[in-house]
Amino acid sequence: MTFEWQAAWEAVPSLLRGLVTALQAAALGYLIALVLGLVFALLRRSPQRWIRLPVAFFVEFVRSTPLLVQLFFLFFVLPTVGIELSAMATGAIGLGVHYATYTSEVYRAGIDGVPAGQWEAAKALSLSRGRTWTRVVLPQAVPRVVPALGNYAIALFKDTPQLTVITVAEVLSVVKAVGAQSFRYLELITVAGVLYLITALVIAWPVRVLERRYRRESA
Amino acid sequence: MTALITFDRVGKRFGNAVVLDDLSFGVRAGERVTLIGPSGSGKTTILRMLMTLTRPDDGTITLAGEPLFHERRGDTLVPAGERHLRAMRRHTTMVFQQYNLFPNMRVLRNVTEAPVHVLGLPPEQAEERARELLGMVGLAGKLDAYPSQLSGGQQQRVAIARALAMRPDVLLLDEVTSALDPELAAEVLDVLRDVARTFDVTMLCVTHAMKFARDVSDRVLMFNEGRIIESAPPGELFDAPTQERTKRFLRSVIDES
Repeated sequence: MTFEWQAAWEAVPSLLRGLVTALQAAALGYLIALVLGLVFALLRRSPQRWIRLPVAFFVEFVRSTPLLVQLFFLFFVLPTVGIELSAMATGAIGLGVHYATYTSEVYRAGIDGVPAGQWEAAKALSLSRGRTWTRVVLPQAVPRVVPALGNYAIALFKDTPQLTVITVAEVLSVVKAVGAQSFRYLELITVAGVLYLITALVIAWPVRVLERRYRRESA
Repeated sequence: MTALITFDRVGKRFGNAVVLDDLSFGVRAGERVTLIGPSGSGKTTILRMLMTLTRPDDGTITLAGEPLFHERRGDTLVPAGERHLRAMRRHTTMVFQQYNLFPNMRVLRNVTEAPVHVLGLPPEQAEERARELLGMVGLAGKLDAYPSQLSGGQQQRVAIARALAMRPDVLLLDEVTSALDPELAAEVLDVLRDVARTFDVTMLCVTHAMKFARDVSDRVLMFNEGRIIESAPPGELFDAPTQERTKRFLRSVIDES
């Protein structure tokens, strides 16, 4: 079997379209993961047991079950209860909720890393609970977890091929569709691999920059 | 003279360790009281209770005529909820051994944050007051610095300014120079002498700086194993302690410094 550059080259435009779709799903999913993860982390610290425990259960449940199964669930079960979403929306939500359970742990570690003295100083100044969170604790907790959060952006992006099972036209779906006709899987998968690599490196770059910046500020 | 602060038969245990043992004492408004004694004798716990950072197991603490950890519901006293604690907290503020400045805020903002958002002062007014206080502690030139750019002594002086900006009735000082080199400790103690001269705030101070305690306190309480074993004006307590335990403790502190 020889590698045909011509076939590889011809596959690039459709694979790029797949990549754009994958990036859209990943970006949307990551946004959900960043926001929802923080919400989970805060709710898990609620003084109310009836909030804390169900959230903890949900987070552990989602984290301990496969993303693929969750995607199937969202895609095939939600419509039966009347919730109709596009494949893209379903994929973004699936990725977002799944990764929110990881980012919530990251936030939690960041929050736990804020010294007790900071909470005590806030109390000694009678700062309200809300003010203590938004002006004292989170501004210290979040910067130190930026690198960990950034790594999940890359991991989440690398999970986008799983969206192929719910008909999102991302890179792997394109490989399957084009390959079914041309059988040039070697070229298709090689190009797809190169695209994934380049994209991951491109995502990693701003993560590094943020990491350096926050390290300097918190030093 | 009525007491601003009253401890009435207060007890506190951590596990099996008795930290405060059936402790009763009072502090008058404007009084400067220094708490001395070996570590683990309960001094810091008293400050932490007044700051509502630790709850007592037994007894009652009264602050400005109101029970600190209880509230009246009809005729009975029930354990205080968060709202009551928050209201009571406003009387008091605390300076910590580890400064605990907010590292994400510049010096000026550290001092104005609570006055603006807790006391509700207009920002310009809070800022003016903060500049004044920071000038008093000798840091007029550091308003825009971050805490990490300051020495320990400077950080602690900011913490003192930050505490005073809340116009507290009670200022709690918890071993505020213990983390500092002698030289830096001296500059912090000088600032506190100034504070004691210029403010009529009630001060409770846990310290091993005996000369400072002698200069500023009206009364010194000697703690041992969760009890006050001796209470007297500093001249008396330092020069003519009556308890053997106090004598031993003072000797060890002097040997050390």
